[in-house]
Amino acid sequence: MTFANMLHITASPALSVLIWIVLFLAALYFARRPFHRAVMSLSKIIYNAMRFTAASVLSAEKRLAKRNREVMMSAGLQTAERIVEREFDRIGAAVIRDLEGYPNVHRQLSELITKLDEDYISSADVPPSLPNWMPIIESIAKIKHTGDSMVANMLAEINRSLTQQNKKAIEDYRNSTASRHSILNKMMPFWRKIEKSLDSIARSISNIKKRSKTVDRYMEEYETIRSGSDKAARALSTSALTQFAIAGLVLLIAIGGAIINFNLIALPMSEMVGGASYIGPYKTSDVAGLVIILVELTMGLFLMESLRITRLFPIIGAMDDKMRHRMIVITFTLLAILAGVESALAFMRDRIAHDMEALRQTLAGVEQTGLTTSVIPTVGQMVMGFILPFALAFVAIPLESFVASSRTVLGGLVAWLLRMFAFLLRLLGNLGFYAGRFIVNVYDLIIFPAIWLEGIFRGSKNKKPGMSDVEMPEDSPLVEEAVGSFEETLKLEEQQE
Amino acid sequence: MKKQLALALVLCTLIAGCTDTKSRSTGVYMLLDTSGTYAVELKKAQTILNYLLGVLAPGDTLAVARIDTGSFSEKDIVAKITFDERPSTANNQKRAFMQQIDAFVNSVNESPYTDISGGILQAIEYLNEAGSGKRYILIFSDLKEELAKGYKRDIPFQLKHFNVIALNVTKLRGDNIDPKEYMARVEDWRGKVEKGGGQWGMINDLERLDNIFTN
Repeated sequence: MTFANMLHITASPALSVLIWIVLFLAALYFARRPFHRAVMSLSKIIYNAMRFTAASVLSAEKRLAKRNREVMMSAGLQTAERIVEREFDRIGAAVIRDLEGYPNVHRQLSELITKLDEDYISSADVPPSLPNWMPIIESIAKIKHTGDSMVANMLAEINRSLTQQNKKAIEDYRNSTASRHSILNKMMPFWRKIEKSLDSIARSISNIKKRSKTVDRYMEEYETIRSGSDKAARALSTSALTQFAIAGLVLLIAIGGAIINFNLIALPMSEMVGGASYIGPYKTSDVAGLVIILVELTMGLFLMESLRITRLFPIIGAMDDKMRHRMIVITFTLLAILAGVESALAFMRDRIAHDMEALRQTLAGVEQTGLTTSVIPTVGQMVMGFILPFALAFVAIPLESFVASSRTVLGGLVAWLLRMFAFLLRLLGNLGFYAGRFIVNVYDLIIFPAIWLEGIFRGSKNKKPGMSDVEMPEDSPLVEEAVGSFEETLKLEEQQE
Repeated sequence: MKKQLALALVLCTLIAGCTDTKSRSTGVYMLLDTSGTYAVELKKAQTILNYLLGVLAPGDTLAVARIDTGSFSEKDIVAKITFDERPSTANNQKRAFMQQIDAFVNSVNESPYTDISGGILQAIEYLNEAGSGKRYILIFSDLKEELAKGYKRDIPFQLKHFNVIALNVTKLRGDNIDPKEYMARVEDWRGKVEKGGGQWGMINDLERLDNIFTN
């Protein structure tokens, strides 16, 4: 039956359309309840499925965040332990250094004090006092003489002799005092030495005190991390992100260095292993050059590990000192040999490049001008070839930081992605739920004449005062259903939150 | 211990299996037309050869042969070489090759006939034997084939995996009068090459020699 035929169920098309509309509305009205239920069920299915999935994702995110936090705290603890350990090592070294020297300082101080004591005793010797001749002289001076020349001469002789003795005694006294002053003067360097030794001891003690304060500070940090506080977590997270960025940047620089290194040795390697053979899609000479660089990197890693600068391989760090020292010597020797090989290859590269340029000029039929004869580029390349392997050895340090921080950063990133996914799921769930309600409302809007008639019909039966004709009664099963759905939703959300 | 030895053996076999010395090399066979009308162009051929010597890498193969009355012969190969794998030795070989070509160009005799097909057949044979991965036959000629009486060259070419490139295809006096002749000549050779499964190319501007190896 075509649409045109449908319009001709009566003679009047308008009437036919009207009849069809009435029939259509009637059909929709009778199908209203099942339709509402179907749509609301579907929207609830979508809503619940999305909410439950979001809850699972959030739960996974929480577990991941917890694990991330544990890993971060563990890494932070390890770092703090290393720092505290290092500070203790420093304090130990300082104490050993100062205490090793202390017996010597003590002996020196004792010797100096003995010497000072002796000098003090020596300086304590009282100079001979002046003979107590003054009363004698005075008593002799009181003797009255009667102008006898012999008596006068005798008195004069006594006077002269006494004056002479007095002068000698004063001189002796002065000499003795000068000698005491000299001894006291000689004591000054010893005093200075003692002062210097005491200053040195004071400095050492002050240094140890400073270091102990640093250890205290690090211990406080360690305790904070151990307590697992949010503040510590935030600090560690920020630190990991910074480390990740800085280490990544340094690694990029190192990759640049490795590429330059590779270009230095790839061409001369073709002279050694041939330029026409391939391993897979790559030239054997290129692979050989790359292998040399990778071996250098590995040696650098082992060297740094043996020096206990990095801790990527716990087995190396756990070796006894003798074995570790052997490993340091071996890796350093290998690195030096490889650096020498690279330097030689760089020299060869310069020669080959020179030869190629000469050939090109010959083939082009031009005079061989412009070919540099200076040794500076050759030496420069050789030096670069020698230095780069050692420089690449230090890649181990940023690599360790990068590896350590990438766990935290990537963990955080995955947790963020999970949170976003959960948010999207919840959004979709809500959209599904409200889309169902929207469809129900649109459906009711389409069949509003039928609902209106129902209202009138019901109103005429049990009209209540103050109730609008078009208002739906409170006990309407549809409203209950809708309200129930919303309340359930809220409960579910609360449970999930 | 046995396990370690077995592992080492497997690794060695794998590395040896991956090592490929021939399939990636380039083989170039250049045919030089020495017929009377074209012999004067040989100086240009020298330029092309110098370019080839500059771009070919260690391990590549280069052969130069003349096109004369009967070109399907090893005797017509002027110079041939597979460059050493070491760049320094390869450079010395290139210098020696260049001198050989110089000597040939200075002492070449004009040939009365032009057997291009014979030259191509010889090139196919040579490059197949050389086992190069990429194979190029360069024809430095005006593409005007003139066979001596009794020479038969109605053999279809087997040019699968070959690139045949005509270089410096000069226009003859008749071509200027009727360009169709020139076009028909070029089309004839294109047809022969493509029928044989090869790829055809033509470079007349010697400033664009880098297009030789673009395929």
